[in-house]
Order: sequence, then C-alpha cells, then structure tokens
Amino acid sequence: MAEIEHYTLNFGPQHPAAHGVLRMILEMDGEVIERADPHIGLLHRGTEKLAEIKPYNQSIGYMDRLDYVSMMCNEHAYVLAIEKLLKLEVPKRAQYIRVMFAEVTRILNHLMWLGAHGLDVGAMTMFLYCFRDREPLMDAYEAVSGTRMHATYFRPGGVYRDLPDSMPQYDKSPWRNDRKLKSLNENRQGSLLDFLADFTDKFPANIDEYEALLTENRIWKQRLVGIGVVSPERAFQLGLTGPMLRGSGVAWDLRKKQPYDVYSELDFDIPIGRNGDCYDRYLVRVEEMRQSNRIIQQCIKWLKENDGPVIADDHKVSPPSRADVRENMESLIHHFKHFTEGYCVPEGEAYAAVEHPKGEFGIYLLSDGANKPYRLKIRAPGFAHMAAMNEMAKGHMLADVVAIIGTMDVVFGEIDR
Amino acid sequence: MTTRLSKLQAIVLDTFGENILSVNDALNELTIEVATDLLYPTLKELRDNDELQFEQLIDVAGVDYLHYGLDEWSTEKASGRGFERGRSTKSKSEWQKPRYAVVYHLLSVTLNQRIRVRTFVEAESMLVPSVVELWNGANWFEREAFDLFGLLFDGHPDLRRLLTDYGFIGHPFRKDFPVVGELEMRYDEEQEQCVYEPVSIEERILVPRVIR
Repeated sequence: MAEIEHYTLNFGPQHPAAHGVLRMILEMDGEVIERADPHIGLLHRGTEKLAEIKPYNQSIGYMDRLDYVSMMCNEHAYVLAIEKLLKLEVPKRAQYIRVMFAEVTRILNHLMWLGAHGLDVGAMTMFLYCFRDREPLMDAYEAVSGTRMHATYFRPGGVYRDLPDSMPQYDKSPWRNDRKLKSLNENRQGSLLDFLADFTDKFPANIDEYEALLTENRIWKQRLVGIGVVSPERAFQLGLTGPMLRGSGVAWDLRKKQPYDVYSELDFDIPIGRNGDCYDRYLVRVEEMRQSNRIIQQCIKWLKENDGPVIADDHKVSPPSRADVRENMESLIHHFKHFTEGYCVPEGEAYAAVEHPKGEFGIYLLSDGANKPYRLKIRAPGFAHMAAMNEMAKGHMLADVVAIIGTMDVVFGEIDR
Repeated sequence: MTTRLSKLQAIVLDTFGENILSVNDALNELTIEVATDLLYPTLKELRDNDELQFEQLIDVAGVDYLHYGLDEWSTEKASGRGFERGRSTKSKSEWQKPRYAVVYHLLSVTLNQRIRVRTFVEAESMLVPSVVELWNGANWFEREAFDLFGLLFDGHPDLRRLLTDYGFIGHPFRKDFPVVGELEMRYDEEQEQCVYEPVSIEERILVPRVIR
C-alpha cells in the first residue's frame, strides 16, 4: 500500500460548524492540522462599494446586515463616524438609548455565540436555552424599531424615535388558554423600559444556569482548555481585538479606554482571561454578559428619570417632525431634501471605532463633501480573527478546529462584507 | 485639540522630521503622509519607538481617488427629462496627487493612542512595501487591498485574491469598475452547466451625487 503522508481536507462551505459560508482547506497529517487556509468571500456583497452610490442614511440598513447577530453595534460605529465628520452634538437621552441597545445587542450576540459554540462542541441544550433568552431582547428590538433583527434604528444625531410607552401583547388564540396568555403578557403591562428591567432582573439567574451546565462540565473543559492558545504578544501581532485579546490577559476595552457616547458615566468592569485559550475566552464572554446586564440596568434607571429629545435638532441632518412638515414650509423643504438628496458631509476623513461584541469594529469614512461617502472602509473584527486561523489551528486535531471557529465567534456577514 | 494629541504630534514630528510629507490633526485624529519608499522604516519606527509603541495594526484600506470631488448634478442646465434633469457628464477630477493611496490605522494599546498613515501609490507601478513582517495581521488586509484595488504589496508572502470569486478578473473597488459588475453567471439548462455572460442590466443612478 502506498504511504500517504499528508492529505487535504475540504471543510465547508456547507458545513454546520463553519458558521455560515467558510471554506477551509486543511492540510492534515493524520488527524493533526498542518496548515489551515480559509477561503472567504462567499458572502461578499460589496457593502463598501454599495455605500459609495447612495446617500449616507441609506447605508444604515446595510450596517445591520454586516454582523447580522449584533446589528445595532454596527450601526453605532457608522453613525459615530458620520457625527464626527458633521461635528454633531447628540442629545443625552439618545446617547443613553444607544448605549442601552448596544448592550442589549452584546447580550444577543453573546447568547448566539454561546449557543452555537455549545452546539459545535456537543452541548446541544445550550442552543435551545440561549434562544429562549434571545427572544425577549428581540421583542425589545421589535418594540423600538419595528423589526426583530435589522433595526435601522440609530441615526446620525441620535435614534429614529423615542422608546415606546407600551409593549405589544400576545393575542388570544385557540392554542393558548387564558392562564397561559396571562402569563405571557405579564411582563408586558408597562413600557419597554419596564419590560427590559424585568429581563435584567431574571437574566443573571439564567446565566448561572448556563454556567452550571458548562463551566465545570468535564467534557466542555476537555474540549476547550488549552485549545487555541494565543499569547498577548501574538494577539497584538495578529490584530486580535475584543474578547480574543482580553482572553489573553490584556485589559483593553474601548468602552473604558476611549469611551464614546455615555460609557464614561457608567459603572462596569472588564473581565480578562489568563491563559488565552478557548476556555478563558468563554469565561470572559460570559462575564461580559453580566456586565452588560449591569449597564442596561443603569441605563434604564437614567432613562426613567430623565426625558428629552432623542435626535439632534438640526434639520439639515435629521428630518423634522411630521406635524411640522404639514404646517411649516421650511420643514417641508427640509423633509423633501432629507429623503431625496440626503445631506452633504464636509470634506475630510474620520475613523470611529466601537467595542463591538466581537472586537473593535471601525468605520473609516472618507468624504469629498458630497451627499454620499467617497470611500467607506469597514474594519471588521472577525476579519482579523479569521486571518489568525492558520496560526491558532496549527498542531491541533481536526475536532479542535471546530472549537476554534466557535471561540472566534465568526459571522460571515462582517468578514466578507 | 487635546493636549494628548498635540503631544503625540510633537513626538511624531520630532522623530520623523523631514520624512513626513504632511501632518493633519483634523477631528482629533492624527494623520501623517509618508512617501512610499519611506513607508516601511516609518511604520517600523512607529511600532518600535518607546514613545509611540503602535503595537497593533488595526486596518489597511486602499483608496482610489479617480472621481474625487466630482459630482453628478449641475443645477444650472435644466432640461425636460424628469429625474435625469441637469445631470452633467463626468468631467475630469481635479485631483493632483497619485490616483491610489493606502491608509494604515495604528493603535497603541500601551499608550492608548491612534495614528493614521497614508501613502500615495503611483498608478504605473502600484507597488507598496508589505508590512506583514511588522504586523503579521496585515496579511489579509493586504490581500484584500490587492484583490479590490490591484495594489501590489512588495514582499507579501502569499498575495492571492481573497474576497472575489475564483477566477475573477478586475479589481472591483476601483472607481472605474461598474457597480453592476462586468459578468453575470447563470445556470444553463441546455449546456447543463453554469455560464458567464456580460451583464444584461444597466447601471443607474438613483440619487445623483452632489457637492454643496
């Protein structure tokens, strides 16, 4: 029999553990990875090029579709970049709403990651539990923006509209009795803030449940401890950010170090790992969910006590109210101009970065003074993480590749753009 | 301008002096422009200098300045053709510098500061020194810029296309590449295979570009 030294394995693009459309060419020596060559771009839609042919506001919706599990965080970076170029002041209430929803998004993202990572490694139950908790958060998205996922809620200068005073209720149906209906609607009697407050009260106990399932679980630890170890030096070299960097023990979080919106006024901690392996990154992300929960609680408290405008009162950038449009000629013109031509952004360039659930998500915006961006570059955290795949997977077994993809929290919407 | 930024600017000017073509601190962000042949030593110094310590390369972005400052709307000539009214044909851009540029965004975690480095690339050669040696994470960023703009990174270990399809021809993010693309693919039942044909859709401008 001929001796086979190396062979090549084609992993994906149609593979449930590939988290979307990742095609990876693995050079194997037995079951050990010698070289991993990820082929990306199967979901490349040319978002950056598309943004060049439409007015600024029309691209906000495209931002949702980049990292489609942390929608509002993408919008956040985009509107921050525009605001920077326009030198726009954002009302305090709008900043609090944005921060609150950025943290809701972080929990949404981490729950998706935890569920999918668990599923990849063999903890099927996690997926179901995590989706249970995602549901109320998506309802909050829907209440505020009208859609469960692709919200298009943030605007340059603030947010599209104020938080609703009531939550939608479940309807009567032949498949639920009155008692069930009453319990479903129990936490929906007040405003959106009450609904979220109810969620934040219950959520820490749910995280405890997840931790009870995983943290000391023997199989979970066998699959994660010591896998995909990255030293801090290598993490810098490879451009890793977010939990991937904090897992290696670097206390770096843009929300603390380069605060945007109202993060500087909020009290939260940054968890860091020690060994830089998949298990530490798991612990970091779980703790981040608890911290996000704390931030949401503080935002709810502030938002309940303070009222005010939710978008900058500059009708060159934000549309005037509907009532104004009917009565005031000037407002009618502003409204018409806003929704046809958009607004012109002064010539210049700006880079705005946010601490996205996956890492540093940056928008580099180059304007030549037109109503459309001249060049929009999206710095996706997952892109740099995916590029580190070869180094992280080398020397590991085939099954560990799945754990490493899971720990990177890859979403192809943002990697391929 | 914050004191922090002015301090960084002073250090940068002190370290590089004449080697920098221009410095800009608009919008609280420091941008320096470097000639392509001095790019590598400048970036190396930015990384290794104790007062700079930019240990992380955040982003590499290609830029094509072909249509910079051009608008598609001139309201002086009105015609009766509806939405197309007054659309001027593109004249030549008044851009004086080379057509392409590469923009690097650096971050120092230790000193908590950022800097942007821009270098203009001659369209004849398209050559830029690769910085994969300095920051290994630059590998894919440079591959992306090569793929989308056709920039050639000298010294890159593995300069292949990254985002576009296997066998793709052209560099789609160049301004003269149409947004609708050049080829479209469909499955042909008679030939029982996928066929590539020139695109059948026309490029439209829904909202003209204006500069006011």
